[in-house]
Amino acid sequence: MLRLIAAAALAAFASALPLAVQAQQTIKIGVLLTLSGQFADAAAQMDNGIKTYMKQHGDSVAGKKIEIIRKDVGGPAPDVAKRLAQELVVRDKVDMLAGFTLTPNALAVADVSAEAKKFMVVMNAATSIIITKSPYMIRTSVTLPQVMETFGTWAVTKGGLKQNYTMVTDYGPGHDAEAAFTSAFKAAGGSNVGSVRFPVANPDFAAFVQRAKDLAPESIFIFIPGGAQPAALGKAMAERGIDKKQTRILGSGETTAEAALKAMGENALDIITAWHYDYTMDNALNKAFVKEFNAMHGRNPDFFSIGAYDGMHAIYETLKKTKGNTDGEAMIKAAKGLKWESPRGPMSIDPETRDVVQDVYIRRVQKVGNDYVNVPFDKIPAVKDPAGERRKQQKQ
Amino acid sequence: MEKGRAEVSYFRAQARWRPLELAFWAATLLPFVVTPSYLSLASQIAITALFALSLDLLLGYAGIVSLGHAAYFGFGAYSAGLLSKHYLGEPLTGLVVGAAAAGILGYVTSHVIVRFRHLALIMLTLGLGLLLAEAANSASALTGGADGLQGVKMSPLLGFKFDLYGRTAYAYSLAVLFCVFLVARRIIHSPFGLALRGIRENATRMPAIGAPVLAHLRKVYTIAAAMAGAAGALLTQTTSTVSLEVLSFGRSADVLVILILGGAGRLYGGIVGAIIYMVARDQFSGLNPQYWYFWIGLLLVAVVMFLPNGILGGLSALRKKPQ
Amino acid sequence: MFASLAGVLFDGFAFGMLLFLLSVGLSVTLGMMNFVNLAHCSFAMIGGYATVSLANRYGWPFLATLPAAFVAAGGVAIALERTLFRRLYRASDLDQCLLTIGMVFISIAAYAFFYGTVVQSTPMPSYLKGSVQLFGMSFAAYRLFLIAMGLVVAATLVFALETTRFGAQVRAAVDNQRMARGLGIDVDRAFMITFALGGGLAGLGGALAIEIVGLDHAFALNYLVYVLIVVAVGGLGSIGGSFAAAVVLGVSDMAGKYYFPWLGAFVIYLVMVALLMWRPVGLFGKR
Repeated sequence: MLRLIAAAALAAFASALPLAVQAQQTIKIGVLLTLSGQFADAAAQMDNGIKTYMKQHGDSVAGKKIEIIRKDVGGPAPDVAKRLAQELVVRDKVDMLAGFTLTPNALAVADVSAEAKKFMVVMNAATSIIITKSPYMIRTSVTLPQVMETFGTWAVTKGGLKQNYTMVTDYGPGHDAEAAFTSAFKAAGGSNVGSVRFPVANPDFAAFVQRAKDLAPESIFIFIPGGAQPAALGKAMAERGIDKKQTRILGSGETTAEAALKAMGENALDIITAWHYDYTMDNALNKAFVKEFNAMHGRNPDFFSIGAYDGMHAIYETLKKTKGNTDGEAMIKAAKGLKWESPRGPMSIDPETRDVVQDVYIRRVQKVGNDYVNVPFDKIPAVKDPAGERRKQQKQ
Repeated sequence: MEKGRAEVSYFRAQARWRPLELAFWAATLLPFVVTPSYLSLASQIAITALFALSLDLLLGYAGIVSLGHAAYFGFGAYSAGLLSKHYLGEPLTGLVVGAAAAGILGYVTSHVIVRFRHLALIMLTLGLGLLLAEAANSASALTGGADGLQGVKMSPLLGFKFDLYGRTAYAYSLAVLFCVFLVARRIIHSPFGLALRGIRENATRMPAIGAPVLAHLRKVYTIAAAMAGAAGALLTQTTSTVSLEVLSFGRSADVLVILILGGAGRLYGGIVGAIIYMVARDQFSGLNPQYWYFWIGLLLVAVVMFLPNGILGGLSALRKKPQ
Repeated sequence: MFASLAGVLFDGFAFGMLLFLLSVGLSVTLGMMNFVNLAHCSFAMIGGYATVSLANRYGWPFLATLPAAFVAAGGVAIALERTLFRRLYRASDLDQCLLTIGMVFISIAAYAFFYGTVVQSTPMPSYLKGSVQLFGMSFAAYRLFLIAMGLVVAATLVFALETTRFGAQVRAAVDNQRMARGLGIDVDRAFMITFALGGGLAGLGGALAIEIVGLDHAFALNYLVYVLIVVAVGGLGSIGGSFAAAVVLGVSDMAGKYYFPWLGAFVIYLVMVALLMWRPVGLFGKR
């Protein structure tokens, strides 16, 4: 009898053993995205980026298997995001946190990353300050000042514009974009002739576009979140028939995202935008990426996808350097200064601020074949987050 | 004399604790032992239950349907958040300040709200809620706007730090829920509570028996607003975050759904609704993060079809049927 | 100054027509049948996606898809009325709320599943694009079309409900079911057709809204508030009231955004609160 029990115990132990070993060989990444609700499309494109990367590069690194645990935050809900992050850490025992479509969610989870010493990769949220909230965080998307300040300077020095009118959505990122563009525009010698802010929930843009048209400024700078609104704004501009010879339209990448260009048609011609990525970029890496992405998801990637794609790349490369050690300190040490060639061009993680460093492209909408696309015609290389640089100087 | 005694014994009989109630509150302690990794969720369920309980006083007992109750939740949340950011991070003070601030806002707005009934009432609460949310977005220097209020730092609660597991958070939320529940229970089983139900059933007849309808409604509205503010303050404190979402139409609509799901006009309706809705949401969205709305929707439809008047209403009807 | 005022009035009127087309169906179901249908915008979404499918996948011209949108949404409304809604005509408002919110959630998930989450648009025929020159001013062609559609729908509804035999039956059935039954009116059928009408109108509104606001799976919730505002301000059960409310709200929203853009987000809610405090039953409401 005793022997039987001993045998049973041994069997149980033996069957438990491989499990334990296996658990050590998996690396769990908790991914927080707004997969449902109003921002679902952005999150879906991010998720597609993650999946595409793992298809191209396999699902194991440094001899360990990568497991993704997806959670839906549902919208700008920092309380939910924080709870889910806590649960991922204490219940699912994830090794790192990633994703983050929206700024408030990233800010809330940063606390968890700092407290639990977990590596955190911000794959989209673009407000500059996020990166300061946890010492274990890197960002692989873009920051608003990085693009907008660069663009503001460019518009005066190379674009030859002197007087600008701004139209932004009335919320945090909109205010930041407005401030960044305007301050750089003024510093370079231009002047701001007026500004208007759209309400966040704004079904019809006619009034705002009409107002801008009546003022007939030399240029209009637009910042608007991705989703349904760029297309609606584009249509309102098309209807009004703003004379583009008189008034130059400037914007961030969202303004001329693929769906918005489709909705605007020929009226989008000659809109100038500054951005870090477009699916039409002409390099071998990007072509392979777009091809694989289309094969898997039946559509083109966008800047949400590339942020997540490069986020996965950063995680893979960091794990290679740490040889699979997922400790927060080890990870962040290895991630600092990481450099790689991305479908968007050369990019790196600033070793001091941990923020993204990349080229900013100036593009013009042109007709290529039957489609209207963003064609880059100028490039500002290796741009750091200017707000991060200022914070650094303040510290010194 | 005789009549007075009968009155007292009526209220006493109403207010007697039933065994099922005691069992329920004992069971709320189980998560500490049984599901220790779900305490953050449990804490947010307790907060939502408190919020739903406050709406129940309005909707279930006084007949005031509100689609803008998040205004008071959010006002309490921001008050507590701003207090901790600029002055002190002691949670209990913040809780009182949040509740008081929301109560004051409730008292002020109640003068408008209680004059209206039906669709106008619903739409006015909705309108005031949306206006407050827009104002908070505009005043981003004060509220932090869409990025949320930054710099909310909570001191430990009576020496207990708010931990990653959510132990302190759940104990705190549950304790506050229980205390407020006692107050609500007492209100409902008082002559004032009875008068509210009378107003709900027939507002024109109540003045005839000497009940000041508008004054009663203002009073309950203020109390409910303060309770919602306490719930908001709790959310701020247990998560160290506040964002515009606390004021949103979505939160107002959610809490209404939760209350109807559980059963309005029953003290435990909001609590049961919060537990079922949030556990279902957590489980469904864990299994199916992109399309979990489908399963929640199905749950709501099923409850309406099989358990009219909410889960508690439906269950009590089922129990009465065989007799 | 005058030119801008005329422009603002025109744009506001057109936006008002869009609001009217989106909400008139709810005015029928909520106002006349007293059924709290929070899933109204889900029916609008059915119409919208029907138009997107027919136009983009099967190449139908935009105008031809509009009746199809009406029929699709109306058909689904009939099916749901037969199976679910009719059981709840006598249930409490709260249960009706819960049921229809449940259906909103289901529709959101279903459309996200089948159509993805990307924003949809439809190709417009060239005569609805750009702007038209009239009296020395330019008017957006699609907005002219919206105004025409709004006027036609309003006139048809008022005519059908006030002057036809069927309209009289529906009004009788809604006002007093028992009496109507006693008079030999098929109340069941009248209710079903009214519900189908409400759903169909929502579908038409949804199809017409795509060009202005775009269409995605969140449509069912995003525009619910606007629709409720129009119906409440107009007064329950009044087609004319919804029309007037939609125009007032549309014009004031547009004017507010043009002349006082810093107030932009508040205008529509302020106008609603003011109007309801002045007339709690709505502009043309009776009860």
